[in-house]
Amino acid sequence: MARKTAKKVAKSKISKAKTNAPNFSKEDDLYAYKEMLLIRRFEEKAGQMYGMGLIGGFCHLYIGQEAVVTGIHMASKEGDQSITSYRDHGHMLVVGIDPKGVMAELTGGRDGLSKGKGGSMHMFSKEKHFYGGNGIVGAQVSLGTGLAFANKYRGEDKVALVYFGDGAVNQGQVYESFNMAKLWNLPVVYIIENNRYAMGTSLERGSAQTDLYKRGESFGIQGEQVDGMDIRFVKEAAERAIEHARSGKGPYILEMMTYRYRGHSMSDPAKYRSRDEVSTMRAERDPIEQVKKRILANSFASEDDLKEVEKAVRAVVVEAADFATNSEQPDPSELYTDITILQEQE
Amino acid sequence: MSIEILMPALSPTMEEGNLTKWLVKEGDNVSSGDIIAEIETDKATMEVEAVDEGVIGKILVAEGSEGVKVNAVIAIILEEGEKAGDVATTPPSAPIGTAEPVEQTTSEEVALTPVAFTPASDPDLPSDVEMASITVRQALNEAMSEEMRKDEDIFLMGEEVAQYQGAYKISQGMLDEFGERRVIDTPITEHGFTGIGVGAAFAGLKPIIEFMTFNFAMQAIDQIINSAAKQLYMSGGQVNAPIVFRGANGPASRVGAQHSQDFSSWYAQVPGLIVIAPYSAADAKGLLKAAIRSPNPVVFLENELLYGVEFDVPQVDDFVLPIGKARIAREGADVTIISYSMGMKYATDATEKLVGAGVDVELIDLRTLRPLDMETVLASVKKTGRCVLVEEGWPICSIAAELSAQIMEKAFDYLDAPVMRVAGKDVPMPYAANLEKLALPSVDEVVAAVNAVTYRS
Repeated sequence: MARKTAKKVAKSKISKAKTNAPNFSKEDDLYAYKEMLLIRRFEEKAGQMYGMGLIGGFCHLYIGQEAVVTGIHMASKEGDQSITSYRDHGHMLVVGIDPKGVMAELTGGRDGLSKGKGGSMHMFSKEKHFYGGNGIVGAQVSLGTGLAFANKYRGEDKVALVYFGDGAVNQGQVYESFNMAKLWNLPVVYIIENNRYAMGTSLERGSAQTDLYKRGESFGIQGEQVDGMDIRFVKEAAERAIEHARSGKGPYILEMMTYRYRGHSMSDPAKYRSRDEVSTMRAERDPIEQVKKRILANSFASEDDLKEVEKAVRAVVVEAADFATNSEQPDPSELYTDITILQEQE
Repeated sequence: MSIEILMPALSPTMEEGNLTKWLVKEGDNVSSGDIIAEIETDKATMEVEAVDEGVIGKILVAEGSEGVKVNAVIAIILEEGEKAGDVATTPPSAPIGTAEPVEQTTSEEVALTPVAFTPASDPDLPSDVEMASITVRQALNEAMSEEMRKDEDIFLMGEEVAQYQGAYKISQGMLDEFGERRVIDTPITEHGFTGIGVGAAFAGLKPIIEFMTFNFAMQAIDQIINSAAKQLYMSGGQVNAPIVFRGANGPASRVGAQHSQDFSSWYAQVPGLIVIAPYSAADAKGLLKAAIRSPNPVVFLENELLYGVEFDVPQVDDFVLPIGKARIAREGADVTIISYSMGMKYATDATEKLVGAGVDVELIDLRTLRPLDMETVLASVKKTGRCVLVEEGWPICSIAAELSAQIMEKAFDYLDAPVMRVAGKDVPMPYAANLEKLALPSVDEVVAAVNAVTYRS
């Protein structure tokens, strides 16, 4: 059923909302609104700070895709691990990593999550079970499968949530990992964030099989395609997938049909798609606007209440930006630390 | 308060750009995400989005302006209740948040040197310690089994390690003892299972990944270098990868170019890795145990042709050797020969010949290739004044090349002759028996090199 619905989503290129949506409570909607707004405003601020030269190198923004991580997170449990590519800021914020630490890492400050030595693409939090932040396309799929391996090895009730894009899905190690994950029935959910462009290459130009949820079929891995712009569908599908993995049935693939509004990175002019395509998606399918409309229609909150939320979120982001801007560069002595762990010799 | 819109940098290198077009005009309402302008960089034309909401109060840089500096104020956004007239037309001279780096502590104040690494010495063994002659194969097997008995987090994974008992029988009997949960056969899929191993190590397990040979580890080298080696640094010390990558490395016998090569210098170049390449069974055992206990990713390079060779191994309860410590295999005063792994075979045989001919050779087995035990190397070279380096790998950018450079830098005044290298030849490994022999170093080449540096030839 879900699969059939999902297919329709693909055909219409996620440009239309559906009617048979799962129920979302007031709490769900308000939570989703706040979390997604935090990611959106954080990313906008990061983009602005990049523009000011405060953030260097590559900076890949998650704007437009907020419903994916937020919905998945809502369906996960404390202790579940997550790992993703270099488009990772949203994934960190949603699991509760301090926005100040994330932003300070973006500016290369000593107070950043990785002491300023990782940068936008390389941030981790053991405390929040977040394993990066990986710069090599597809590498996180094997690594994430390894997290799931550890869960099973230890008999722990955790699920590894492994995010990758429609570009990574063509890497060889993804299939090596699919094979072993199913062979050993590892507790892993593979979340393909299909934003339709692998940098500048559209899905159709790079993939022989564009229904990416089918990519696990030859290994016997169940998959489904989900409207990744509507957080209700994301959460519902994620609950199903995570339960599947947690109950010992092995891996599960979720193809999230989503869209990134910005270029691949800050320095991508995004000429491979029309401005119309982007603005239509923003106008009709924006994940945050969808929630906002619902909240107002259901009187879960008033316009004024939402303005307060917006204000609070902006305050958090401004605080993070100020913190990051004022975070000093790492002490030069940090150059040679954290390379290997020096052991006390026995 | 009004908000300044600054000329954005749209690439890592952009310093200025052309403001080609405004898509908004004064008085327009904008909100976050609205495209307000187009900017041309040296590479492309990019769109600029508004980050804040409000009314465009003033446009300060007209469209068509060229060479607009990054961070110059290009427009002002008014917040609710503000009027355009409230805003000063002259932008503040110092743009907020410039990209200028914060003044750094000067280099004189901070010594930018790697943290000193002082390896411990080999453990003192009782003088009456019992020795047993065992193969390198057996030593490696004992090392893994002993460690696995003590630590449930350690597991062995690789191709044919379990039911087949190991392609080279290193893991013989381990499936029986530890079960299939801890001795795991993988599909032929190096990139994938290496990544899985590294991921498991991030999660706190201590995987031993066996490569049937290191020739196949090239499939997985991205995970070894980009994921395992760099993780600690990239995470600011948060996440380490306690993992051992082990297997046969170096030239084998008559297997041709793709299965017969030495990767020592490849891995030894990478910060974040520990690289070990033992020769004797005792070193294989003591160092593999240390590798498994290391919180760092360790590349442990074995040699297929040494697997069946027997050496004396001390029979003590827990024989562990220090990582990063070379072994002086023979003390001498005339010349230093330094080698590792199978190179030690040529070096040892040559030493016997040379000592017989009256040359007092000091022979050093590096054992660990990263970190290099330069202390031992330099002390020896300063004593003998002459040095010959022996290895099976290719000569270009090799371990010997590195040693030779460091000896030149740090012991130049002590040298009585140029440092000489005896290495594998700079060719893919040929199949034909005679050519293969020519491609490898030989005892005669080592003797000749020693004769050259001692001016005996």
